[in-house]
Amino acid sequence: MSETGTPLKAATRLRSQVCTTEIIVVNPGGGIVLLTCGGRPMVDLNAVPTDAGSPAAGLDTGSVLGKRYSADADERFELLVTKAGGGTLANGDAPLKIKQAKVLPASD
Amino acid sequence: MGIEVLLDLASTMCADRVAVGPRDSGMTFEQLAQASGAGADLIRESGAKHVAFVGLNGPALSVAVFAAAKAGVVITPLNYRLGDEQLEELLETLEAPLVIADDAFVDRLRAEGRTSVSSPEFLRRATAGSPSAEVGPAHELAVVLFTSGTTSKPKGVMLKHENLTSYCLQTVEMASAGEDECALIAVPPYHVAGIATVLTNTYAGRRVVHLPDFSPATWLDLVKREGVTSALVVPTMLARIVAHVGESGGVADAPSLRSIAYGGARVPRPVLERALAAFPDVGFVNAYGLTETSSTIAVLGPDDHRAAIASDDEGVRARLGSAGRAVPGVEFLIRGEDGAPLGTNEPGALWVRGPQVSGEYVGLGSSLDDDGWFHTRDRAWLDDDGYLFIEGRTDDTIIRGGENIAPAEIEDILLQHPAVREAVVVGVPDEEWGERIAAVVVAHAGVTVEGPSIREWARGRLRGSRTPDTVVIWTELPYNELGKLPRRTVIGALVAGTTPGTTA
Repeated sequence: MSETGTPLKAATRLRSQVCTTEIIVVNPGGGIVLLTCGGRPMVDLNAVPTDAGSPAAGLDTGSVLGKRYSADADERFELLVTKAGGGTLANGDAPLKIKQAKVLPASD
Repeated sequence: MGIEVLLDLASTMCADRVAVGPRDSGMTFEQLAQASGAGADLIRESGAKHVAFVGLNGPALSVAVFAAAKAGVVITPLNYRLGDEQLEELLETLEAPLVIADDAFVDRLRAEGRTSVSSPEFLRRATAGSPSAEVGPAHELAVVLFTSGTTSKPKGVMLKHENLTSYCLQTVEMASAGEDECALIAVPPYHVAGIATVLTNTYAGRRVVHLPDFSPATWLDLVKREGVTSALVVPTMLARIVAHVGESGGVADAPSLRSIAYGGARVPRPVLERALAAFPDVGFVNAYGLTETSSTIAVLGPDDHRAAIASDDEGVRARLGSAGRAVPGVEFLIRGEDGAPLGTNEPGALWVRGPQVSGEYVGLGSSLDDDGWFHTRDRAWLDDDGYLFIEGRTDDTIIRGGENIAPAEIEDILLQHPAVREAVVVGVPDEEWGERIAAVVVAHAGVTVEGPSIREWARGRLRGSRTPDTVVIWTELPYNELGKLPRRTVIGALVAGTTPGTTA
């Protein structure tokens, strides 16, 4: 869910309120994930920041550029970090986990 | 998310790495990103609603693909080998196109009211220009590709940004390629793999080099010269490379090569086995996919190939002839004649589902069923471990006396005959049987052989109903440049009694 509680959609782009993290939703899953970063809900990429500050203690392990993250509570949920930052991506306060890419040999 | 995001992300992580071209002089990811932005401005200025690309694979294509995406217009690579009339027919289906064409084709395509530019000129202006910050407009559709139309009039497959980005995100890890990696692309832009490789290699941060005019010698030369680590070929190219290597002594001189991916048509098992022997240190990858599925939906990886070749278990060995397992995000379903799902080890119609599957055609809408499944029109079965075995196009299935016969099984046997280099098996109309089985074989160079003797030889190795009713010898088979064999052409020639290059 976004801050207002509206369900996320594929291709939605969001940013952190408390660090430089930016993400794009790859799969919204069942719509139950409440996406936060550094302890604060993530907001629309173009939203005017209302909340300056830094990532909350314990939710400041950072996000990694280019990695996909998923939630224990919803395995289908997936986002891609398009800009790294200092905050921890989480579902509420449960940190998301990096999705291990099934490395496919170069093909096409 | 549009495909241009794949480039933006890659250029963030690999800005100064070469994206396209030689190690010392190619275009970097940052330059490709800039050029695609300036290219997008050019496209907007032209007022075009569509980009038609008529040219060989190269840097201009990479720029054009991302430039079109950034400008919010659809790009369609067209087959430059088509006749003027056919090209005009296809161009007419595109709304207000900007034609980007190689020097060799651009004059043919000039028309009243149509804007065209040569691909070198487009590339020059895009790389020299400074991109404006303009973005979009966002567009759902990214690419239209016309199917090869070996059995019917070409249809325009609509590949959305969602299909293509899903495919990349599910099968490629961003910027995962090492600095020393290099992909050799020898497939044309109008083949879905020709577009997919632009996206996947860009997203992976892997340098690409192109070989527009394929020959086994130039391919091997380019592999050596540019330190190519992965190459994508269609089966006819693989067969020619392997034959060429065989001539000069058995093992290829390609120390940098780590993987060869092949797809687009079936590779007969004997050819694959010779290829594995000619490139002993190379990992082989079989990629099965369709235009409608944004290319690859199943992969048989290097470990699968090695395990199959090394195994004593016939079930595992047989996997050498399989298309591998589904890529992440893709599901398979085998359906019987009545549409009901079949279990493992039962051949039937192959349906596929997933975010990378389009199944939508220009002017024809979506061909997906209510549950999102797409009918591939291939006959196939799945083994207990999820390995997919393709029997062939449903249309190619021969129905003789009420029995379904897959040509592939008979072709594989014929290819084991020492005199046979190539073989194709088709059904020709027959009053008594509905269809009878006709085999056309091409002999190895310098070898003379008679059809009847091959037929007798085959009879000992196939069930009675599978033995070809006739075997004829031709000097070549009419493959197209994508390595696909239009069976209709073969059937037509057999029925008419005309034979492209026969020996009696």
